[in-house]
Amino acid sequence: MRHLLSAADLDQPQITEILDLAEEMSLVQGRAVKKLPALRGRTVVNLFFEDSTRTRSSFEIAGKWLSADVINISAKGSSVSKGESLRDTVLTVAAMGVDALVIRHHASGAPWQASRWIDAHVLNAGDGTHEHPTQALLDAFTIRRHFRHFVPDLSSFEGKTVAIVGDITHSRVARSNVLLLNTLGAEVILVAPPTLLPAGIDSWPVLVCTDFDQVLPHADIVMMLRVQRERMSGGYFPTPREYTIGYGLTRPRLELMKPGAAICHPGPMNRGLEISADAADAANSLILDQVAAGVSVRMSVLYELLGGAE
Amino acid sequence: MRDLLIRGADLVGRGRSDLLIRNGHFLDPADVDGDVNELDAHGLVALPGLVDLHAHLREPGREDAETVESGTLAAARGGYTAVLAMANTTPVTDTAEAAAHVAALGVRDGHAQVVPIGAVSKGLDGVELAELGLMARAGVRLFSDDGHCVSDARLMRRALEYVRAFDGAIAQHAQDPQLAGAGACCHEGEISGKLGLPGWPSAAEASIVARDVQIAELTRSRLHVCHVSCAETVDIIRWAKQRGINVTAEVAPHHLMLTTNEVLGYDPTFKVNPPLRPTEHVEAVREALADGTIDAVATDHAPHARHDKEHAFADAAFGMLGLETALAVVLETMINSDLLTWAEVAKRMSIIPAHIARLTDQGRPLAPGEPANLVLLDPDARVVVDRNESASLARNNPWHGRELPDPVVATIWAGRVTYQKESRVVS
Repeated sequence: MRHLLSAADLDQPQITEILDLAEEMSLVQGRAVKKLPALRGRTVVNLFFEDSTRTRSSFEIAGKWLSADVINISAKGSSVSKGESLRDTVLTVAAMGVDALVIRHHASGAPWQASRWIDAHVLNAGDGTHEHPTQALLDAFTIRRHFRHFVPDLSSFEGKTVAIVGDITHSRVARSNVLLLNTLGAEVILVAPPTLLPAGIDSWPVLVCTDFDQVLPHADIVMMLRVQRERMSGGYFPTPREYTIGYGLTRPRLELMKPGAAICHPGPMNRGLEISADAADAANSLILDQVAAGVSVRMSVLYELLGGAE
Repeated sequence: MRDLLIRGADLVGRGRSDLLIRNGHFLDPADVDGDVNELDAHGLVALPGLVDLHAHLREPGREDAETVESGTLAAARGGYTAVLAMANTTPVTDTAEAAAHVAALGVRDGHAQVVPIGAVSKGLDGVELAELGLMARAGVRLFSDDGHCVSDARLMRRALEYVRAFDGAIAQHAQDPQLAGAGACCHEGEISGKLGLPGWPSAAEASIVARDVQIAELTRSRLHVCHVSCAETVDIIRWAKQRGINVTAEVAPHHLMLTTNEVLGYDPTFKVNPPLRPTEHVEAVREALADGTIDAVATDHAPHARHDKEHAFADAAFGMLGLETALAVVLETMINSDLLTWAEVAKRMSIIPAHIARLTDQGRPLAPGEPANLVLLDPDARVVVDRNESASLARNNPWHGRELPDPVVATIWAGRVTYQKESRVVS
């Protein structure tokens, strides 16, 4: 694998390989000495054009546990406002001799552009409102573990239904999850008010529903998306109250969930808006498992990109 | 200067004839007198020199991206003998003095006639009218805030009314800023949703045009619609023309050929405003250009310095080059598919644009007594476009690497050869 730009880059065997390796990597998490020598001598730069403590820390820990040298570069406010082009920023960092560039950018497509300018491996850590493939992988990892409580060696998601609820239009998590879950065989239902459904959604391999309550009893996984603050004033829905009543995972809605179904959220959560405290902290909430999975999955992906023979 | 005798050119596709040029005008070829320079044009088609209603020459202000000299050199290579220079320079062409400055740069450096377009509003801010009357006294007839829509209906009404006094026209960049804000950069549809790019729906163009034709009817004024990009706009203009409303429209070459698919690789070369649209819209604007609903081809030539295009797609500058390749694209999309004849191309790229801009020396017949503005072209020549071969200072060329016709053999402006592909003039 040369780059990881999109969840669509991966076929089912590749996904399974990454998730299986992530299972092995997760064993490191439980050890007193959390270090593998796999990427000794390799340099990974986290080039973040947009703040993200969670994703950056996760990549940083993943790289360090694999013994790579990890450098964080915050390029926020760089680029346009400082007069430096994206190309110059990327070439400058790459010229230092890095092996992999983990890029987070506020604009869709930036990692694609970067991958055409440099020789280093490029890993998309979230681009604009486009994709976030490692989030989709860690979600798949978490979901697979959850399903394996019932069917120990399950690897395909055939016959399973995942509801993704919230601001689909502006969500890179949703786009990557739709692609990855589709590859894994799951049925994906997107739930949102029509104002938060992207143009052209009819061509996506999903079902779309504007009524959360109708979907809830059928979902094996309920994945809640964060509602960004700026959407609240953007006229996408009348009031936060109305949103919560229509699309929040409230306490009464927990009763509607299918037995054995679980709750996911990519974080950070707006408790009380898209997810109630009862749901976030419920026994069937996988939210903290997702965070833990983030490190294992990113270790696995970094190893896939950098660990093999060049 | 010796007279120039052009032998054997097919005049506007109507048959072969010789052309004699003396002192910037055509003469009866029978009046050859003494030694002349000759240009063998057998196998070539002659059209009146092309007139571009819509070019960004960037001077004054961004001479690193383009100058009047480099932009008009690109124009000459594209077969143009006149270029209307858009007002969004720095400073903005919103005063008579600024307009006179652009015109003077044209006289000093131009390889084609340079005619300033005046801003509709001061500083293109869409709030107060610029000094339209004083600019008109300096020769301006077309006014546009291009790059920005005159979105305030009252300002648009006043502008349309006001320019009637001096036979001016308002050239509208139709983009409702509420429906397609500054960040909108991809046709709203399947691809924008997939790529996560802010959508620019065709309704944002069509709704402004629908409004403006109503205002033009109300004010009995002359409206020109810039860079029509979608089928809905075509329908509205067709309706308005049937109703007798005084509206004209242009289409950019890229909207005649390129579709939203180009954006799939996030290459900012293909970021343009209005955006590239899906095939059905491309077909609609071709058809409209063929039936005359769209009156003219205008390049929207928009050179940018490389570093302004090497940002993330959403952050990069809007626009693409057009002057050198416009005729090639029209030849490929309209002539080679039998949608237009050469006589109709002459109308849509020279005669009608000259009329819209009220240029008296351009778009004239290739006949004795007329100003000698013409382009000679070889309909069969083809080339793989190389952006580094461009006369423009900029390299944001969407045709790079594509095989296109390479028709322009020579361009003559006011009797002067401003471009020839290879030396063909012999003494």
